[in-house]
Amino acid sequence: MINKVMTADEAVAGVKDGMTIMVGGFLATGSPEVLMDALVRKGVKHLTVIANDGGLDAGQPAGEFGGKTARGVGKLLEHHMVDHIIASHLGVNPKLNEQFAEGTLRYTLVPQGTLAEKIRAAAYGLGGVLTPTGVGTPMETELDELGREKKVVEINGKKYLLEMPLHADYALIRPSVADKFGNYYCKKATKNFNYVMAGAADKTIIAPEKIVEIGEIDPDMFAVAGVLVDAIAEGEKPWQI
Amino acid sequence: MADLKVRIAKRCAKEFKDGEFANLGIGLPTMVADYIPEDIMVTFHSENGFAGIDAMADESNLDVDIINSGGSYVTTVDRVKYFDTAESFGLVRGGHVRATVLGAMEVAENGDLANWIVPGKKVAGMGGAMDLCTGCPEVIIVMLHTNKGKPKILKKCSLPLTAEKCVSKIITEMGVMEVREDGIWVVELHPDYTKEDIQAATECELHFDPNMKAMEEE
Repeated sequence: MINKVMTADEAVAGVKDGMTIMVGGFLATGSPEVLMDALVRKGVKHLTVIANDGGLDAGQPAGEFGGKTARGVGKLLEHHMVDHIIASHLGVNPKLNEQFAEGTLRYTLVPQGTLAEKIRAAAYGLGGVLTPTGVGTPMETELDELGREKKVVEINGKKYLLEMPLHADYALIRPSVADKFGNYYCKKATKNFNYVMAGAADKTIIAPEKIVEIGEIDPDMFAVAGVLVDAIAEGEKPWQI
Repeated sequence: MADLKVRIAKRCAKEFKDGEFANLGIGLPTMVADYIPEDIMVTFHSENGFAGIDAMADESNLDVDIINSGGSYVTTVDRVKYFDTAESFGLVRGGHVRATVLGAMEVAENGDLANWIVPGKKVAGMGGAMDLCTGCPEVIIVMLHTNKGKPKILKKCSLPLTAEKCVSKIITEMGVMEVREDGIWVVELHPDYTKEDIQAATECELHFDPNMKAMEEE
């Protein structure tokens, strides 16, 4: 019988140089830290990362409360593992602008709501999404993450941008609680991109803070179906400030 | 300067009605929540994932799973509803977040807004600003009237836009302005300034509403 539960190193064993990964989290809250650590140990390079932002750098305050280590995508940036980041906000982690200036990292900005819908389109089989966000701004005229021009579609006199699905090789997600089949939910503000990313990649890996037995908790609690989950990594801890 | 920002925040707080759902940006816009009257209930959206943001957290009530869109730990009200990014911005684009309060680098007389990028400077990104300015029925700009004397309310924005024709109201230390089809109308003028003062601090031509009132401190 299938057993999805494994170590973080086993879970990311298939991630190769040059792949595209999407990572849940918002300024690292809700990011799967054990999976980031495992990728750092593996030492993969030239990744394209899809995430809301670049996480946090070592010693960087999250509000008034400083973190001792880099967090979330910040760990990958610290080790120069990323060639291209597709995100909505890049102003917080200073490693981003350092690496843009060095020419080792390039970026594509996508408005936050559009980013979620592009990912959702990939997960749920849509050919793209029409959004009014970005009309009349650089989002209309700049090329998208794959160098394609944006199409403007007019419906009932209102302009929309056609935004294409955003798919990855791996989705790396941090549930608060998951059962051993992979059904999961995320507490409070850790949901962010951790729901839409499930199924938007060839492989979906979760790193739950708590793993429970199948049938142990009320199925109505789960937000995302375990059928989308390929691997469950052990060892994720509550964040310590 | 702090006093001027308090003046702006206090005035902006009067824009909300009981039961409304609204979004406040980081910085001066966040201060608006401190001046919402006790007898009305406004639910504030935190676009990273919930409706019902409250004050900043301290060591006594901090939960590492609750941050605001600036990454600071915050608390929530009892009626809080958490959601993921897709639902959060569905609420925004769907027009369910009635108003967003944001700062601006430039506002044009037709309501165009630029507040996310200065070409050639550090790359930051729009985060949720483009979605909020496009989706919210009302976009209220709170800011100091000029950037150290340089007008920010212009005939045309020079910076890349956040959204087209989205601004409905501008609240500064000098007054309250509405963006209408035919330009920007001053509806309240602070007693410290004359019509000539506010016009001199503004690049585009201002219109003065026949029913213009004094911008009240309280």
